[in-house]
Amino acid sequence: MSSIEIDPPTPKLLIKQGAEALVYKTTYLLPHIPALLKHRPSKLYRHPTLDTRLTKHRCLSESRLLIRSRSLGIPVPAVYFVDESRGEIFMEWISGNSVREVLDEVLAQEGGEEVVDQMMVKVGAAVGALHAADIVHGDLTTSNIMVRNSEGEEIVGFGEREVVLIDFGLGAVSTQDEDKAVDLYVLERAFTSTHPKAEKLFQDVLKSYEQSYKGAKVVLRRLQDVRMRGRKRSMVG
Amino acid sequence: MIALGLEGSANKLGTGLIRHTPGKPAEILSNIRHTFVSPPGEGFLPKDTARHHRSWVVALVKRSLKESGVKVKDIDCICYTKGPGMGAPLQSVAIAARTLSLLWGKPLVGVNHCVGHIEMGREITGANNPVVLYVSGGNTQVIAYAEQRYRIFGEALDIAVGNCLDRFARTLNISNDPAPGYNIEQMAKKGKNLVGLPYVVKGMDCSFSGILAVADLMAAQLLSGKPKSLLTPEGEPVTREDLCFSLQETVFAMLVEITERAMAHVGSEQVLIVGGVGCNERLQEMMGLMAKDRGGSVYATDERFCIDNGIMIAHAGLLAYETGFVTPVEESTCTQRFRTDEVLVKWRD
Repeated sequence: MSSIEIDPPTPKLLIKQGAEALVYKTTYLLPHIPALLKHRPSKLYRHPTLDTRLTKHRCLSESRLLIRSRSLGIPVPAVYFVDESRGEIFMEWISGNSVREVLDEVLAQEGGEEVVDQMMVKVGAAVGALHAADIVHGDLTTSNIMVRNSEGEEIVGFGEREVVLIDFGLGAVSTQDEDKAVDLYVLERAFTSTHPKAEKLFQDVLKSYEQSYKGAKVVLRRLQDVRMRGRKRSMVG
Repeated sequence: MIALGLEGSANKLGTGLIRHTPGKPAEILSNIRHTFVSPPGEGFLPKDTARHHRSWVVALVKRSLKESGVKVKDIDCICYTKGPGMGAPLQSVAIAARTLSLLWGKPLVGVNHCVGHIEMGREITGANNPVVLYVSGGNTQVIAYAEQRYRIFGEALDIAVGNCLDRFARTLNISNDPAPGYNIEQMAKKGKNLVGLPYVVKGMDCSFSGILAVADLMAAQLLSGKPKSLLTPEGEPVTREDLCFSLQETVFAMLVEITERAMAHVGSEQVLIVGGVGCNERLQEMMGLMAKDRGGSVYATDERFCIDNGIMIAHAGLLAYETGFVTPVEESTCTQRFRTDEVLVKWRD
């Protein structure tokens, strides 16, 4: 009797536990293809019917945003496989560091800003392309932007590295300038809270954003308003 | 030190007397409340509520002094709700506070209503540095403390969750006595079928007006049987109890979700529920399941401290007074808009 040899399944390694989802590092199809598994476990506190509905809806909507972005050439992880009834998305494993980690490391050094100039241009272009496609990220922090890196390399020479937007869990399709401006505002806050030097870098991001997205002018004007009042409007009633 | 607290930002008028002794838990000397109850199908109007407060405030203050045995000369300050809340009721109580201040020669302390809820909840439950879910008829906020401020992480983008429940009670003509939300809770216990309502969470914020609109439409269909009877996907008729159940399950799931997100964000394991809706046992149970899953715990109080009361105003006011804060009579105004994060919390590290 012949038998097919099946590799033992790769163990899942939990890398992040958010409020909504558990993120694992695993493999997909072949043991040498690394993959990221985003699992939305069912919540005990929710009514089972509601829980099933939400898990399915969110899984599908996140996958759709990723696929739509990817088809338009926006740098996001590729989706490998979706099981919406189990709340699982398998996607491309992005090896590298978050922009936040890179900034923390680079800005601590003298003259570090120049090293990341090119990176800022790419961040601005990626966000611009996303907004041009009427997709808003919903939680655009420096932790949710990755800089691709081959395994084991040091953090140097960012000019050639690809910037990838990750975690579309709060993303949505929106044509509203307000939503896009809030994306930029959240990103700005993430920059300014990292390092005083990072404030200037964000100007480079905005410049590149303006060049890569036609509707940027209106959004940037809206950003002024959002800055004035914060993400929240003043209380009503 | 002893403080008198006066609260009247909505339909409850409350007076309270509290004593702080260094190194000891606060001592509640008196906590009295009188509620303006409107007929079924109606909300409380500012004008009528203000009239209620004006006619009861003297009697309540007198009763507080009498039942606690506190002499006027022992009182250190008079605390009143500066806001947020309904304008006319706030003004009535502010006038009463000013009058007492001038009459007795005591300093005034204007208190933020939301901070009052948070401080009272912390004092009663012993929760040290929790994420706070403040849910009532006028407010829905997820709050965490950082650098001398209670910061708002998430909030309702339109109507408050309590307002959503209260107004749905009006649609179904449920009694407002003792509270519309309480009666909805009792009916929800008998509900079994979950009908599909919108679920609106945006990051750490949520919205309730669309849910209310859909629930109202369903209620209209249920009561009239037109254009056809309201049925579940399994073909069973939907009852009023089912609607209350579905509304609660949906809006509470939203609240627990935004609270969990805030907990993950700030890395806290404790959660404290305050405000009138915080009395709801189903909400407490759901929050408990979530907290347990995260290895944390939930803190909640009963109706004496959850529902608006004078003692929380006295407590928060006295905390501020002890750091040297007073409100001069000329500045003893009140305001409908007063955000939680505007208050400088000098009494915490």
